[in-house]
Amino acid sequence: MEPFPYAPAPESPAIVDIRPSYGLFVGGEFVDGRGTSFKTVNPATEEVLAEIAEASPADVDRAVQAARTAYDAVWSRMPGSERAKYLFRIARIIAERSRELAVLESIDNGKPIRESRDVDVPIAAAHFFYYAGWADKLEHSGFGSTPLGVAAQVIPWNFPLLMLAWKIAPALACGNTVVLKPAETTPLTALLFAEICQQADLPPGVVNILTGAGSTGQAMVTHPGIDKVAFTGSTEVGKAIARAVAGTDKRVTLELGGKAANIVFDDAPIDQAVEGIVDGIFFNQGHVCCAGSRLLVQESVYDDVLERLKRRMSTLRLGDPLDKNTDVGAINSSEQLLRIRALAEVGDAEGADRWSAPCDLPTSGFWFPPTLFTGVTQAHRIAREEIFGPVLSVLTFRTPAEAVEKANNTPYGLSAGVWSDKGSRILWMADRLKAGVVWSNTFNKFDPTSPFGGYKESGYGREGGRHGLEGYLR
Amino acid sequence: MTATLSPATSDASLRRFLHGLPAVDKVGADARAARLGTRSIKTTAKAYAIDLAISMVDLTTLEGHDTPGKVRALANKAMRPDPSDPTCPATAAVCVYGDLVEVAKQTLTGSGVQVAAVATAFPSGRARLDVKLADTRDAVAAGADEIDMVIDRGAFLAGHYMTVFEEIVAVREACERPDGTAAHLKVILETGELQTYDNVRRASWLAMLAGAHFIKTSTGKISPAATLPVTLIMLEAVRDFRDAHGQMIGVKPAGGIRTTKDAIKYLVMVNETCGPDWLDPSWFRFGASTLLNDLLLQRTKLATGRYGGPDYVTLD
Repeated sequence: MEPFPYAPAPESPAIVDIRPSYGLFVGGEFVDGRGTSFKTVNPATEEVLAEIAEASPADVDRAVQAARTAYDAVWSRMPGSERAKYLFRIARIIAERSRELAVLESIDNGKPIRESRDVDVPIAAAHFFYYAGWADKLEHSGFGSTPLGVAAQVIPWNFPLLMLAWKIAPALACGNTVVLKPAETTPLTALLFAEICQQADLPPGVVNILTGAGSTGQAMVTHPGIDKVAFTGSTEVGKAIARAVAGTDKRVTLELGGKAANIVFDDAPIDQAVEGIVDGIFFNQGHVCCAGSRLLVQESVYDDVLERLKRRMSTLRLGDPLDKNTDVGAINSSEQLLRIRALAEVGDAEGADRWSAPCDLPTSGFWFPPTLFTGVTQAHRIAREEIFGPVLSVLTFRTPAEAVEKANNTPYGLSAGVWSDKGSRILWMADRLKAGVVWSNTFNKFDPTSPFGGYKESGYGREGGRHGLEGYLR
Repeated sequence: MTATLSPATSDASLRRFLHGLPAVDKVGADARAARLGTRSIKTTAKAYAIDLAISMVDLTTLEGHDTPGKVRALANKAMRPDPSDPTCPATAAVCVYGDLVEVAKQTLTGSGVQVAAVATAFPSGRARLDVKLADTRDAVAAGADEIDMVIDRGAFLAGHYMTVFEEIVAVREACERPDGTAAHLKVILETGELQTYDNVRRASWLAMLAGAHFIKTSTGKISPAATLPVTLIMLEAVRDFRDAHGQMIGVKPAGGIRTTKDAIKYLVMVNETCGPDWLDPSWFRFGASTLLNDLLLQRTKLATGRYGGPDYVTLD
């Protein structure tokens, strides 16, 4: 028996009030959808949480009309200093209701409460605070100061509220109105955000939330009343969107997949690097587009790093997402779990060595243990394809040039990490890595003041910082 | 990292070894310590942690106005921290200046509570080696079970690693008793004066190579004293030292740990950095004076549901 077992320390779910069914948020109020409905489940228990309306093309049309009306009549004409007040108010309400949002996010998504509480929700609030400050200073942005119009925004299930904030805050600050679709498996915090818009007295139609699956998203991006499409999700869908809007005058920003290299040199601060590797791939169960899913270790420290990494992975606590001591929560859906399992099996079949941290998986819900593969080369599929789960592929390199070459040898280019005690080497690497974000001696750090986005098939456009305004101004 | 050739032959060879240890990134180390501090230890886990923490306390008084009466009172408290509850564990040790060892020993002989004495011109360590050794021998002769020595921080910062190393070796020899046994040696790094985490890691290894049984953060006379990140660096050092040499070394944060909540954060850090082997008073101690009373208050609160307040714990 473990000598110091941590007793369960669950955050109470009583703070959230989940309704049995939800409609769509259009023109400032909740309305029934005209399509069918679907269910959202708690991935940690498979319990059905609520019935969610699926927006039909007619609903999409209605939402776009509401957004257009709000844009023409109110929001685009409002002085930036006034728009800022609404954004500050939304930011404050998110902060005030942070516990409720964090619990709801963990229930609907499966991520540990420690992360929803300490990362997702505070950074979501920070994005609204940050862009509120820009609203009356757009002429200094360098990207013009005229809004584009109505934005269709489609976001993924890995950071439901945070991705919503990344999309909505800059759009609104610049004077655009939005129609946003949260992912099919994680609609609840977006619907709570709709309530927050009501609470903030945001003019009706400025924010519209449509729930649904791929067909709803398709109806949104192809709707002729849309001026701007912003998408975060898979490269495959991103390409389809780019094709769908080709030939129109819609502006597009895409934030897509990644297969980031986390590069550890032999002079790295090894203990902190191990933490960074763990944060890089097991944060949010690896459901992170910029996850450090390829570990590149200098051969001279390979054995030491691997031993430390396995020891550290053995202390990760997998289980109830609402337990405050949980480090690794549930996989978001059965579909995603199947995909992770399938790719891991490909890793086995291709001859890589699988090692999983010893942990008991709960009997219900969707779970995958923190796992790494050694003996992986550039020729393995698990070194090339995005797994989007808690699976790390470990490769080695001998020289800085080889590290760069291997890191860049991917169709993706979202992020990279460099671990070294030598500042000049870090800068040398950062110059050569083809990735939108390069972290040095840290990983998976997000801040509203810092632009984020991809090279190559990881997408185009930037979110966050001054650069994040570019996608919403002309 | 196996030392077939001892690195301790000159300042230069020690420098090559100590500066060849992996660097510490301050931001990352601080973040790791802070994250471990967010563990939520409740109910049964808390009860376990409180009793363990009590049994790890080196109950300390190191003041100019210490008297035999004060030390006797402290020794009695160490044996029976909660006189109304016989299930409450005793502390690990009392820690006093060398001239009060005999007084403490009179009370504690046979109780299992150890007597620790600070020595080597504590707290500054600014004296000649023969004075430091005489200080140590005197405390050991008076019956000290454990010696808490300070390193020469000036020599360390000047790069005179060999001086520091040889001093620790000499003090360890001075801990030997005529009957062949020896007092346990705790080596105080005074991390508040070493400043950088790289220095803390290097000083930890230097002390371990020289034969320390325990490495200890601070004298309590310098601010900052013990901190979570500094203790994390030291725990990593003893963990790695065991991997390299097969030998376990203890860790003692001292100074500034006043609340049960703080103490539990340290125990979580021990558990998740070194593993359960170190969750034992033989391998982890708290140097503290006021901490014990808060542990006792929280212990009673957990057992009875009521918070007694300071009138319900003894003064010393």
